[in-house]
Formats: sequence, structure tokens, C-alpha cells
Amino acid sequence: MIHSLFLINASGDIFLEKHWKSVVSRSVCDYFFEALERATEPENVPPVIPTPHHYLINVLRHRIYFVAVIQSEVPPLFVIEFLHRVVDTFQDYFGVCTEAAIKDNVVVVYELLEEMLDNGFPLATESNILKELIKPPTILRTVVNTITGSTNVGEQLPTGQLSVVPWRRTGVKYTNNEAYFDVVEEIDAIIDKSGSTITAEIQGVIDACVKLTGMPDLTLSFMNPRLLDDVSFHPCVRFKRWEAERILSFIPPDGNFRLLSYHVSSQNLVAIPVYVKHNISFREGSSQGRFELTLGPKQTMGKAVESVLVSSQLPRGVLNANLNPSQGTYTFDPVTKLLSWDVGKINPQKLPSLKGSMSLQTGASKPDENPTINIQFKIQQLAISGLKVNRLDMYGEKYKPFKGIKYMTKAGKFQVRT
Amino acid sequence: QIQSSIFNQRKAHSPGHVCKNILHVPVSGLLFGPWFLCRNEDLKEMLESNKESLKLEAMKRIVGLIAKGKNASELFPAVVKNVASKNIEDPNQLIRASALRVLSSIRVPIIVPIMMLAIKEAATDLSPYVRKTAAHAIQKLYSLDPDQKEHLIEVIEKLLKDKSTLVAGSVVMAFEEVCPDRIDLIHKNYRKLCNLLVDVEEWGQVVIIHMLTRYARTQFVSPWREDAVFDENSAKAFYDSEEERRVDQSKPYIMDPDHRLLLRNTKPLLQSRNTAVVMAVSQLYWHLAPKHELSIITKSLVRLLRSHREVQYIVLQNIATMSIQRKGMFEPFMKSFYVRSTDATHIKTLKLEILTNLANEANISTILREFQTYVKSQDKAFAAATIQAIGCCATNISEVTDTCLNGLVLLLSNRDETVVAESVVVIKKLLQTQPSQHSDIIKHMAKLFDNITVPMARASILWLMGEYCEHVPKIAPDVLRKMAKTFTDEEDIVKLQIVNLAAKLYLTNSKQTKLLTQYILNLGKYDQNYDIRDRTRFIRQLIVPNEKSGALSKYARRILMAPKPAPVLQSAFKDRDRFQLGTLSHTLNSQASGYLELSDWPAVAPDQSVRNVEVVEPVRLPCIYLQKNGNAVKVESRSESESGSESSSSESSSESGSELDSDSDSGTDQKKNTKPKPVQSKPFDAVSWPVCVSLQASSPVFVPETSHELLHRMTGKGLSAQYRFTRQPCIYGNSMVSLQLTLSNSTDQALENIHISEKSSTGQNIHRFNAIERLEPQASVTVSMGVDFNDSTQAANFQLCTKEDEFSVSIQPAVGELLLPITMSEADFTKEQGKLVGMNESSATITMTPENVSSQSVNRKVVSVANLGVIPSGQENIYRFSGKTVSSGSLVLVSVVLKDPDAVITINTEKTVMGSMLLRQVKTALTNSGP
Repeated sequence: MIHSLFLINASGDIFLEKHWKSVVSRSVCDYFFEALERATEPENVPPVIPTPHHYLINVLRHRIYFVAVIQSEVPPLFVIEFLHRVVDTFQDYFGVCTEAAIKDNVVVVYELLEEMLDNGFPLATESNILKELIKPPTILRTVVNTITGSTNVGEQLPTGQLSVVPWRRTGVKYTNNEAYFDVVEEIDAIIDKSGSTITAEIQGVIDACVKLTGMPDLTLSFMNPRLLDDVSFHPCVRFKRWEAERILSFIPPDGNFRLLSYHVSSQNLVAIPVYVKHNISFREGSSQGRFELTLGPKQTMGKAVESVLVSSQLPRGVLNANLNPSQGTYTFDPVTKLLSWDVGKINPQKLPSLKGSMSLQTGASKPDENPTINIQFKIQQLAISGLKVNRLDMYGEKYKPFKGIKYMTKAGKFQVRT
Repeated sequence: QIQSSIFNQRKAHSPGHVCKNILHVPVSGLLFGPWFLCRNEDLKEMLESNKESLKLEAMKRIVGLIAKGKNASELFPAVVKNVASKNIEDPNQLIRASALRVLSSIRVPIIVPIMMLAIKEAATDLSPYVRKTAAHAIQKLYSLDPDQKEHLIEVIEKLLKDKSTLVAGSVVMAFEEVCPDRIDLIHKNYRKLCNLLVDVEEWGQVVIIHMLTRYARTQFVSPWREDAVFDENSAKAFYDSEEERRVDQSKPYIMDPDHRLLLRNTKPLLQSRNTAVVMAVSQLYWHLAPKHELSIITKSLVRLLRSHREVQYIVLQNIATMSIQRKGMFEPFMKSFYVRSTDATHIKTLKLEILTNLANEANISTILREFQTYVKSQDKAFAAATIQAIGCCATNISEVTDTCLNGLVLLLSNRDETVVAESVVVIKKLLQTQPSQHSDIIKHMAKLFDNITVPMARASILWLMGEYCEHVPKIAPDVLRKMAKTFTDEEDIVKLQIVNLAAKLYLTNSKQTKLLTQYILNLGKYDQNYDIRDRTRFIRQLIVPNEKSGALSKYARRILMAPKPAPVLQSAFKDRDRFQLGTLSHTLNSQASGYLELSDWPAVAPDQSVRNVEVVEPVRLPCIYLQKNGNAVKVESRSESESGSESSSSESSSESGSELDSDSDSGTDQKKNTKPKPVQSKPFDAVSWPVCVSLQASSPVFVPETSHELLHRMTGKGLSAQYRFTRQPCIYGNSMVSLQLTLSNSTDQALENIHISEKSSTGQNIHRFNAIERLEPQASVTVSMGVDFNDSTQAANFQLCTKEDEFSVSIQPAVGELLLPITMSEADFTKEQGKLVGMNESSATITMTPENVSSQSVNRKVVSVANLGVIPSGQENIYRFSGKTVSSGSLVLVSVVLKDPDAVITINTEKTVMGSMLLRQVKTALTNSGP
């Protein structure tokens, strides 16, 4: 299915290639470079590019293009999903997935890619199995390997590959048994000029970090499972139990994993935690524009809105901005026209504001459009949908684990039109 | 001389050389030590070594070398010698699998016969993992030597019958690659594949679902109403379920149960985290499900839009195709397709496409308001696309045509040229539908003409003037006059339209424009562009009558002024579902190589019975143990999950406590309980692997009436509880022991809310009974519960609670209660017993009391101690009993041989602890006199 893989950095250099069948010349990437040139932004490269003899399917993550070469019909999502899984694995192994990290760990990278695909068909993509096959690099191991000439290939054979719970490695042992769950909700919203909500929805995930000895069997139940409208599970979750009892019952993978992602039913009104007052105007004939922005909390259930970051793409005609933030710092890039304001925490007593003027190109007419404002924020200890975990139980093992649940609300794609 | 083309390609490069090329960085030799150490000699040495791990690593490196196109031919003899011959028979299944992977990666023609042999061998391997590797090797061999097709199909046929979830995905992949047209191979395996699907790994699921979609389209009749009209406006009919029901009644359609099976078993996969799986199920529903069931895929598809940009792109494309035919599916989610300024351009365009498709009389005003925001976007290409979309909406929904036109006219004074140009082009298209009412718009455009510089827009306006010159009789000649002045400076498309305008005016208003036309025609005659010269010559002959001009000029007016049909603004996604959704071909809108056509529904369903699987007598061998080098290599205890216990079984046989082992077993069992287990519920069909075994529990021979005290009324403050073992398979879970609890209230007040606390102090998995709301004084109630003891006699401790109190109680099972009886033939019993020897056997000799010697009495004594099945015996003095442990399903065999006056009791089981405990109890039972 997947014939070859090329890794291409932001400046258009192929810095790694891997072939699972015969070798495909790297000149096939010329078609990709053509598409890259045509695209105005790096994100605008079409994900599927046909060439006379091959098809190129690419994903862009961490400013690296992962370009897969395909020879015949295959569901494109199959390849895209796999490429993202490769990136996730690299991130899991090296902490970050950058060109430097990949080059530093080139041996492990090849070993991983070799195990992940056999003849172009995915073989082992579960992180738990891969980690048994190929040990993640540590400083100590790198030193030992250099001296002894050994590799990261695991000494033990991955028996998990053969089991009915392929996502969990066997023989897990911890002195401290812990299970942490993060309920993270993101609000996607478009707010119009007047401040009314055009569309808003809540998407949530439950990320878990489970470090438990043996083969624990966990059940997690919610106070209000009805909120969850549409869910997708990690393969470990027993679907039937969810259908019948609305309980998440699973034997967890070892380590970090995403247990569940969900969508909160659209019947519920979405609470919008921040509001924006804005006045961005340009006058005809004048080379000055006015910029005023004030942020305030709204429907935050008494929690503080933190890590607020405002960004906006100003019209092309704007030469520079001379603004005055009441708190935080702002930057304006005169080349990309990107304004970003790192606000920090919103103090309800003293609302943060950013006021000042923009200088426009002289003689140019006033821009037609007003910029959209993108907002990022975080609210700790709050799931904005009201979702609450009821309890977590463990069966199958005898020790008492330490359990923890954390809630957080974040802005997803939160846009305010002006 | 072993060389393949790929080896030659990269021969020149030494490994270091390649590394440097790839990395563009100076590489320190030390850091990459291990990589360079794998010189061929070292690899050879590693292959020769006795250590498994070294061999495995050497083989991994060789596969790596080959995959990078390096010359590994030198290693060929060593690989064949050490891998092909030795490792393919290695007792460790992972080594066998790796050996096959290496062997099949050597792309050298000479190896074909060896590879073929190895694949055939591996395809009948006892390990499902090795069989999976064999399925992968099939494709490699096929690409190396397509002549092997027939032999490979035989192997595929065999592997398709495999019941392991590990194998299913890989073999279907091989099927798709080698012989996708051999639908006949699927028939017998269709139901099994449907049933296994949920447990197959995610990548295999995608492949199987796509294959089954094609299969279903050849085997079942269409579930779609034949009289249904699926044009753009059928959304209403779609929702009108009553009408649908009526039609259905008049023409009954009964879905083939196998068709339903596929739909039902794929539905849970919509919840998969893998986007490719969700898309695969969605396309299956699109192509196979009755139309009114389609709506269940909507939410899942919309959910995928939250995923990565590339995923969004593919999903939006498929939604675009779907939304043309079925707006109703996505209309409630319209807002999910609103464009954000941060979206990539191709995402924006697709969202626009979908919004246009979704527009109808009810929502058009909302959509148009949204479009107005987009027109102002800084991304001008996107703004232009929005204008096109407005045009589409205007033609599709006649109510808003005027509104749209007015809006577009306003855009003509926009500052941005692309916006203006696009508006002109769209207005032109719109005006063609109803020109007479819009002469003022044409006038307005003529006024703006001087300020418009985009050639396409200018050309469009000129064409409009010419086409509708009768509506603007005064303005048109003046425009022509201006054009005559600037003709030479115009772009080619504009020049062509000037000639066109001149010709049309000459025909309608020759008095005013004759000279102008002649002037323009003269300019055109000497133009640098031959297209313009050609056109000029043609027009002159057509409109200016002279001797040479033939009969054609008579018809000049009818040719040039013919009424022209308005262009149809249609979506690029119309009819794109001629390609199977979710495929590469659909994304590209052209057939990709290797695309497999989706056939039309057959008018009459082919024979349904081909999918019936003949029922074969269940194989009565409960277990097969394969002895190799004296080690128990393999235990295949259950039909569908061969793997689970394999790896641990060799340890457990030597382990005394086997606590850990039973834990892991119970874990896998619980997992299975919650999943559909169709294979077990059905009688066994043709079994290709002799390893598949049924441990069907039979009904208990004897159920003791004795109950045990759980809670005394004194300690329980009036609440007393007794339990007894029902010896029936537990309904709450296959690894649970079924218990009956009798609760009585000996107080004079009612007890409320009697339940088991959810806090379990020991690790057992307990299925609690439903809380008893109220127990009247002196009343008693019997409830049932299940406890998973993990095959250990450790007591299960829990809290029995009432509204006021909590009582700690515990249930201590006798070892005999942890079993379930099974039946088997005497021959099987002896065979199995022969395998469970050594550590797994415990025996004792006792002296029997005379009254116990009768056969009835021995049987009764044993079955009262332990929940075992009695095996009819051919010999008078031998009694045999068999059962399995509840949690892990391990076989327990008990035999009593009478040798007057002694008796030898033998117990064979791999659960050695349970074996010795059971022995003690049977011993006591048989030596004691009494009933």
C-alpha cells in the first residue's frame, strides 16, 4: 500500500527517505515541490497529489511534510491516518517531532518505520508494542549503545503482539500505582460583530496517564453521561458496556493515551466564557486607523480565565500598529501583518484592553474588510459542558491505586468577527 | 549470481555514504556505531549464533538493509541456511514470523520456490501471528513472480478460513491484491468476517470493510426504493417516512439477513478513533444501507472534521458528494461547515461547496448572510469562490435570484479587482436566464466598464452588450466606439469579444455602426494573433454580403443572434459518486490504477445459500498441546482467541501459584464477555486448523442444596444472608461463578436498600445484585450474583449494606465450585490425559470403604464435591470426570481407578494448585462413609 516515505522540511530539503518495497527515486518529490510552490501558505498544499506513475499523499506536522508514495488505489484516509500515527509515535519516543530530533535518532526512526509497516501494510502501530520491540532512546542507553555497539532493539520479544489486548504490554510493574485522567474541553465558536454567537460547540477528550501494575481492569462512570452526544473510543474500551450502561470499561494501555473523544450534544447551549468589545475602524482618506479591544469574562462559573492570547491578521494595507496594552505584551509583524497580544490572566476588576492607532499606506484606499480576532484561553478545574466523572474502579488487581481527575476548558477555534 | 534490480540501483553507495546523503550533516562515526557495525560478516556471525535475540536482530537489520535498497545478496546463503531452514521451524513463534519476513523480503527470483514452500508451511502454522506473516508474504511473492498466482490463491483460500482476528485483515489485503475478482472465495467466510470485524485491528478493518462493500453489491438486491427520485430536491421525500412505509408495503422488500448482518456489525465501528475506519463504515452505509438509515453516519463524519487538516480535506470531499444527493443528511449540521479565517484554502473551498449544496428556500437567507462575510475575506481567491457560490445559489433557488443579483451588482463597485471580475462573470451567467428584466443592470455594468481592467470581466461585459444590444440600443454603439479606440491595447479575449460585439451591432443597428465595424474588422485583419485574424475574416464573410460570400451570410443573423441556453452552474461533485466513496479515485475524480469498480445491484439476488456454512460435528478435542523440544509450545484453548494464553501457558505449567497468570487470563476473558462472540454461539463449521477446540460447558450433573452462611442474623442486626453455588454458567460473565443469595429479615422492621457496596476490598470482579429497596419483617428474598474468583479459592470479601449499616462478609468457594462440567468421549479423555502429565498430574491411592465401591456412589461422591461432568465409561472399574475452570477455561480431568480394595485418584490439569486441592477433597469424599 504505502510504497515509500519522504520527510521534507520547511525549506524543501528531503532529509529522510524510507522504502518498503523497491526504491522510488526521490525525483518523484518534484511534483510535490511544484505544488508547494503554487501554494501561498504551507498549509495550502493539497494533501493528495497525482503524478504520472504514483500518487503522493502528504501531511504537514511540526513544519515537516511527511510524503507517502502510493502506487495504486488505497483509501486516502488510510494513508493520512497512518502518517499521523507515525508522527505521534515519533513524538512519543523523542518528546518532540522536529527535524533535529529525527536526525539525532535516525537509527531508532528507521527501526520504528521498519516495524510499523510490512510491505507497505501497517503491522505494529500500538505504542505499547513498539516500545517492547524498540526501546525509546535515553541518554544512558545512547551512551551504552555507543560503547557496546548494541542497538535499541528490545531483548525481549513482544508477546503483546499476539494477545487479545494488543495495546497493553505484559509484565508491567510500578512501585507507585497511579491513574490520572484529564478531561479537556475545547470550545469552537464563531462570534459575530455584534457579539452574538453564530455557532458554538464543545468538543472534549479524556486523556489518560495510567501507570498500574499487572492487568488492571478499570471502569469509569460519569454523573451525566447523557451530555455525550457522539463519542469515539480507544480500541480498549468495551463498546457493548458503553451501549448498555454508559460506563467506560477497559483494560488500559500502559502510559499515556487518549481514552475518549466526545462531542457535547448541540441541544445544550454553550456557555461562552469571554466577551470581546472591539472598535477597529479605518477612515476614508486618512492614513490612520483606530484600534480598540477590551476583553472580559462571561459565564466562567467563577473560575479564572488564564493564558489568554489574542491574535489577528490585520489587513494588508496596515503598515504598522502603535498600541498600548493595559496588561501583557503585544507584537505586530509588519511583514505578515499578524498582531498577537499575550494577555495572561483576565482580572474581572480591571479588564485588559489594547488601544491605539494603526498607520496605513498613504494614498491607499481604506481596506474593505475588518480583521477576525482569534482568541485562546484556558480555564482550570472546569469542564464547561458540566461533565463530571462519577467514579473510577479497578478490578483484577489487588493493590490500591492512586487516582486523579483534572478538568480543563480551552478555546478551540474561537473566532470573533469584527 | 543472485542479483535483483533493486540491489543494483543502490549498489554504489556504502551505508555511510547514504547516511550522509540523507542527513546532510557530518555524521560522527561513533554515534552511529551500531549502524555501521552491521557489516555483512557481523550479520553472518549473528545469524550463526545460538542466541535467539541476536538472530532476531540480525534479521531485522537485514530487512532494514533490503528496504533501503542495499545489496544484501551476499547474505543470501547465510539467511537461507540459518533462517529458512532453521528458524522457520524455531519453537518461538516470533522467530518463525521474523524468519518468514526476512525470507520474503529478499526480492531475488531464485528464491521463489523456497518462499512458496515457506509460505505454505507458515499458512498452516499453529501460531496466528505466523499465519498473519504468511498472508503478508503472499503479496511480496506475488509482486516478485505473478506466475505463482494460482498457488497463492490456494493459500489465500486456506487462510481466509482462518478464525483468528490477527489473520483476517492481512489475508483480505492479500486477496484484494492477488485475486479481488474471486468473490466465490468469500461466500463461505462472509459471516465469519462480519462477526470478527469488531475485534480485528483497525487497519485490517478498513480493508475488510471495503472488500465487503464490493461483495455486498454483487450479492444482495437493492434496498433502495426503485421509484425514489434522488435529485436535489428529494430531501422532503426522504424525510417522509410514512410515505416510504406505504410504498414499502405495496412492494415488500425483505433485506437478506446477511446484508443486515454486515450493516449491524459495522455500525459500532463508527465510534472508532481511527478516521479511516469511520470513513470506511460511512461509505459502506452510503453504498449499501437503505436510505432512511443513512443519517446515522452524519454525526460521525461531522466529528471527523475536528481532526487534522488532511483528514478534513478528504472527509469534506466525501460530504460534498453526499450532500448533493441528500441535503437532509447534513442540513442540521450546516454550521459545522462555516468557514473560519484560519482554514486552508482547499478546506474553505470545499466548505463553500457543501454550503451551496445545502442551500434551500428555508436556509438561504442564513447562508447568504454568511456568504457576505466571506466576500469580505482577505483571501481574495476565496472571496471569488464565494461569488461563484452565490451565483449557484441564485440559479438553484429562484426565490433569491433577484436578491443575489442585486448583491452582486453592489460588489461591482468593490475595490478589489478579482471580486469585481468574478461578479461580472457570475452576473453574466445569471442574466442569461432572464435578460429582459435586467436592462438596468446591463446599463450599470456598461457604466462601470471603464474602471474594470480584468480581461475576463471586460470580455464578459462586452458579450452581454452584444447579446442584449436590443435592450440597451443607445449604450451599445457607444461602448463599441470606445472599444474601437482601445482595440489594439486590449487582451486577446477582449479583442475577440469586440469583434463579436461589432458583428452583432452591424446586424441589428447597421446604420449607426457600419463604419465602426469596418474599422474594427480592419484592425483585426492585421492583428498579431492568428485567432483574431481568423475570427475577423470569418465574421467579415458572414456579415458583409458580397459576391463571394455563399449562402451562409443569409443566415448570419440566425447564427449570431441565436438564443443561447443559459449555462448550468453545477457542482464539481455532481455524479462523483460513480466512484466508491472514500477511495483515492473519488478524491482525484479520475480512476486510479488498481481501482476496483463497485458493481450495480443485481436485479435478482444470487443464491443465498452459498454463504451457509455446513455444520460439522464439533471437534471434541478440548486442547491440543504441541510438544517440541520437550516444551509445551502452544495451547490453543479457545476457538477465537488463540493467542491470549499462549505465551503464558509455558510458564504457568511450571508455576505453582499461577496467580499472575490467572489474572491476565481473567482480564482477557472479561474483555471477551463484553464483545459479541458469535463464533462460540454457533455450532462449529468446517475447521481448517486442527487446533480449534470447543470447551462447551454442559449442564451440571448434581447441584447440592446445601447453603453456606454469609451473614448471621446476630452480626447482621437482624439481616441474615445465605449463599449457595448454583453450578450453572453465570449469566453475568463467562468467567464468573454463579451464586444464589438468600436474604432474610428477622427484625420487626422493614430493612431498606439492601445492596452490595461498590467498594470491593479484594480484587475480584463481582456482579452485584440490584439493590433491594425494601425487605419486610420476617420476609426473605433470593437474588443471584456472579463472582469472578480468578480460579483461586481466595475468599471474595465485600460489604453487604442496608440503609443504615454495612457488614463485611466473605464468600469462600470450595475448589469444586470453580469448575464447570464438560462432556467428551472416552477416547478424547485419554488423549487429553496423556498430554497433561508430569507437573500437571497429581494422584493418590486410597482405601475405599466398601459401601462406596458401587459405581453410583463413586459418581455421586465426586460430582457432589466438584462440578464435573461424568464421562460414560467402557470399563467397569474406571470412572472419569471432566470439567474446566470457570475463569480461564483450563481443562480439569479426574479419573478414579478401582483396584479392590484400593482406588487410585488421578487429577490432570495445568492449574496445579487447583489440582492438588481438588485431589484432597475427592480423597476425603471417597474415604468417608455416609451419603
